[in-house]
Amino acid sequence: MADTQPIAAPELEAVLDELLEVEFTFRSTEEPVSLLVQLGRSDQDFMMDWIRRVASTHLELGYQVACHGTRALQNMDRHIIESWALHVMDVYDRFGLRPALDVINTLDTFIQDQHRRLHGAILQEQSGVLLGFVHGLSGRKLKIAESASTYTDTETLYLPPIQAEMPSELENFQLYKVTVVFLWAQTRFGTFSLLRRVGALSEPVSTPLLELFFAMECLRLEGIIARELPGLHRELDKIQLALAEHALPQAWQAIKKQLAAANATSADAMKLAQEHLGRLEPYSPKSFHGELNLEAVRDCMEARIEREKAYIRVSLKEILDEQQEKLKRRNGDEEPKFSAQKQQDDSKPEGLDIQILIDDQPLLMPPEMANAVTSVIMDFSDLPEEYLVPAGDGEYDPNFFKEPETDPDEVWSGTYHEEGAYLYDEWDFQRKHYRKNWCAVREKNVKPVYDDFVQQTLNKYTGLIKHLRKTFEAMRDEDRLLKRQPHGDGVDIDALVEALADSRRGTEMTDRLFTRMHRTERNIAVVFMVDMSGSTKGWINEAERESLILLCEALESLGDRYAIYGFSSLTRKRCEIFHIKHFDENYDAEIKARINGIQPQDYTRMGFAIRHLTKVLKAVDAKTRMLITLSDGKPDDYDIYRGVYGIEDTRRALIEARQDGIHPYCITIDEEAKDYLPHLYGPAAFTVINEVRALPLKVSDIYRRLTT
Amino acid sequence: MESTSKLLNEYFIEQEPYYQPTGNEITIFEAAYKNGLPVLLKGPTGCGKTRFMEYMAWRLKRPLITVSCHDDLTASDLVGRYLVKGGETVWIDGPLAQAVRAGGICYLDEVVEARKDTMVVIHPLADDRRVLPMEKLGSLIVAPKEFCLAISYNPGYQSVLKDLKQSTRQRFIALEFDYPTAALEAAIVQQESGLDQDVAARLVKFAGMTRNLKGSGLEEGASTRLLVHAAKLIASGVDPIESCRGAIAQALTDDSEMLSAVNELSSSLF
Repeated sequence: MADTQPIAAPELEAVLDELLEVEFTFRSTEEPVSLLVQLGRSDQDFMMDWIRRVASTHLELGYQVACHGTRALQNMDRHIIESWALHVMDVYDRFGLRPALDVINTLDTFIQDQHRRLHGAILQEQSGVLLGFVHGLSGRKLKIAESASTYTDTETLYLPPIQAEMPSELENFQLYKVTVVFLWAQTRFGTFSLLRRVGALSEPVSTPLLELFFAMECLRLEGIIARELPGLHRELDKIQLALAEHALPQAWQAIKKQLAAANATSADAMKLAQEHLGRLEPYSPKSFHGELNLEAVRDCMEARIEREKAYIRVSLKEILDEQQEKLKRRNGDEEPKFSAQKQQDDSKPEGLDIQILIDDQPLLMPPEMANAVTSVIMDFSDLPEEYLVPAGDGEYDPNFFKEPETDPDEVWSGTYHEEGAYLYDEWDFQRKHYRKNWCAVREKNVKPVYDDFVQQTLNKYTGLIKHLRKTFEAMRDEDRLLKRQPHGDGVDIDALVEALADSRRGTEMTDRLFTRMHRTERNIAVVFMVDMSGSTKGWINEAERESLILLCEALESLGDRYAIYGFSSLTRKRCEIFHIKHFDENYDAEIKARINGIQPQDYTRMGFAIRHLTKVLKAVDAKTRMLITLSDGKPDDYDIYRGVYGIEDTRRALIEARQDGIHPYCITIDEEAKDYLPHLYGPAAFTVINEVRALPLKVSDIYRRLTT
Repeated sequence: MESTSKLLNEYFIEQEPYYQPTGNEITIFEAAYKNGLPVLLKGPTGCGKTRFMEYMAWRLKRPLITVSCHDDLTASDLVGRYLVKGGETVWIDGPLAQAVRAGGICYLDEVVEARKDTMVVIHPLADDRRVLPMEKLGSLIVAPKEFCLAISYNPGYQSVLKDLKQSTRQRFIALEFDYPTAALEAAIVQQESGLDQDVAARLVKFAGMTRNLKGSGLEEGASTRLLVHAAKLIASGVDPIESCRGAIAQALTDDSEMLSAVNELSSSLF
């Protein structure tokens, strides 16, 4: 039973003094105590809990929360205080102390924002659905990104991070959707290809004309949306009503009608705009119309046009090279010619379906090339002749139209960024909550080392490998002939003879008279997570490498799917997963060299590695999934990741993995491991090996025991 | 054995099944049939492979025996086996043997699902020998010229485990099926469900949208079969958006984000 009496002031002071380490910080706890003492017991407990949790992150924040939060609790719900406190810590994690203190001092703004957050739609949460939605509509594969203003550069739709114009979350989401559709319609129904044709992208056009054109164009697009997506158009009407948009001025009504006709094009909109220039005031575009950002469009379009031209021409050349023999037989020495066959097709962009012909034979285009051709049609309303000339040898640098590959080490030169990194939460046991996107994880490749280590290992353990192969082979899938089955392919003669004898004797005859082939299936996927921390330097590292080689030899004869990754870290910003073998790679000389190339790195932050590899394992379709860690010590990193913090985060990551149906297991050579491993892996899911030299012998053996 | 041909009576297709050719597949099939060549139907799920077989069986007036393949299908499931009846063993023909004896069409649906070793029994049937060895009986059945073997498979499942062996696939005349063109597909949906033209066209448009999503979240787009299902629901008075949700979206994916995206697409259209 909890006490119901409020805690008295001296007692409160003593606890707060300890929590906020007054001895060192010389802060006075008089103010918070005077506030806390006025609360009931349950509120006091609530506040003390949160003060403790925040103070574990930063003492000053704890103190401020004690003052402001307690005051706020008098006229505010607990859950708002909770989310505020979490937000404070989150801001501290991401931006530091000063912005976090700002959040504390502007509690009122937070409450307002909270309202926006509660009722608004947040792009980050909705972008998955919106992206799927826009990919389902036809045209280019568009991307979605956050930006202060709403526009598109023809490849990416830029949307505001929070949409809160409408009263409820659902309606705000619909507003997002309508915005996405308008921006998509601009790219899909020729707005930008017209602007390019009339030269608006290359030289400045008078702003009034552009504004008028955009207003007209929006009306035209609305007409298209009404025809193509009637359901969405109904939502649009509702939104316009709710936003209390003024009805179109009288003069515009006629224009709207004209532009809503099925055959209206953007050229018509431009013509109308020129006619009415100076005579008609453009109405102000609504938020969901977005705005024209011609500069962005120009940059994006120019780069794309060059890239796609190169891509199509190089693809044509590749096709020519592939079909060279065949074409030569058909044409003799005459050069084959490409041409475009155009067909009216209203379901395609610009109403045009273009089929590329090679000497009058239709060419089957690979999907990427077909996408590029569609994209060109969207820019030009045509496929220009020069696109059909195959590229000459070495005319283009292939890197020009391919996505550049990123080097994970690059982030450390120049300004640090988190592009391309996987972000994982980390558990803070004092805060009793996750630190959001705390670890930046990057996948790196292990540099293969080709020397005679692998061969030496194989020689050293010849006998053992033979033995392992034999025992592992015995575990393989097998067809077994089951006898005396009620159903089956063949007749079990022995059973039949007995049964006949039984029936002669007058006893009941069994129905188990058949033989059946039965296949016992091993459907196991396993990831080995290898500790590559600095402490493995020396023979632990050597033992790890040897064990992996023996293990691979054994697993190859068994046929289980397996992958191997190393991990190491240097603070949360530099968490690294080293790729040694993916599931779909074969165990060959390169993989052997990579195992050989495993080198000790920095520290042992385990949570991120478990979370990342859990994700890898989850993507594999298998009945049993296992995550086996080879380690030499406790979780530990250069920053706060030591002691209880590291152990608790690792434990949390393992709990998450188990919830995803993964069986974690740990093999370690740390003799103290018995103190903490049961807490992490459970009493039976680890093995401590006392002698490093025994590691190679043991690892395969443990795996065999685990999976039979 | 004398009961075999009698039994097969029920495998004859009396009524003309509705089938809309998308190309020259009927001519090719007939030519292959005349020459005793086996046929392989390739194509995504629900695009009309099975319906095509029914139509051809009706057209050629042969019984059609369909075997849906699965990973437990053994060679004896196809060829036949001994059963024990009243203290004696009796041989019972499997569907393939029945079809061969009766000169029918044997259609092995989703053939890659069967184990690779099972498929080897069809090899002697699928080349110029055209015989079915009955290993356990120690005899051979020579296929009459009316017999035809057809198999189907979906190349979309890009799995190493689910691929057709070269030695199997190189015995067949391949017919490639794909979703029909929009106008044709709308006509099919209309015919099968009795829906009006406008709604049928919109359903087909919706299918096109889900097919755009193939590779970026969906494994497959909506098949013609799913469209017909949705159309039937709509024709019986269910709200179009609800029909698309139940008959199409939920059938395509379990991923909640993808589901919402697909549902948003359908509610934009209707």
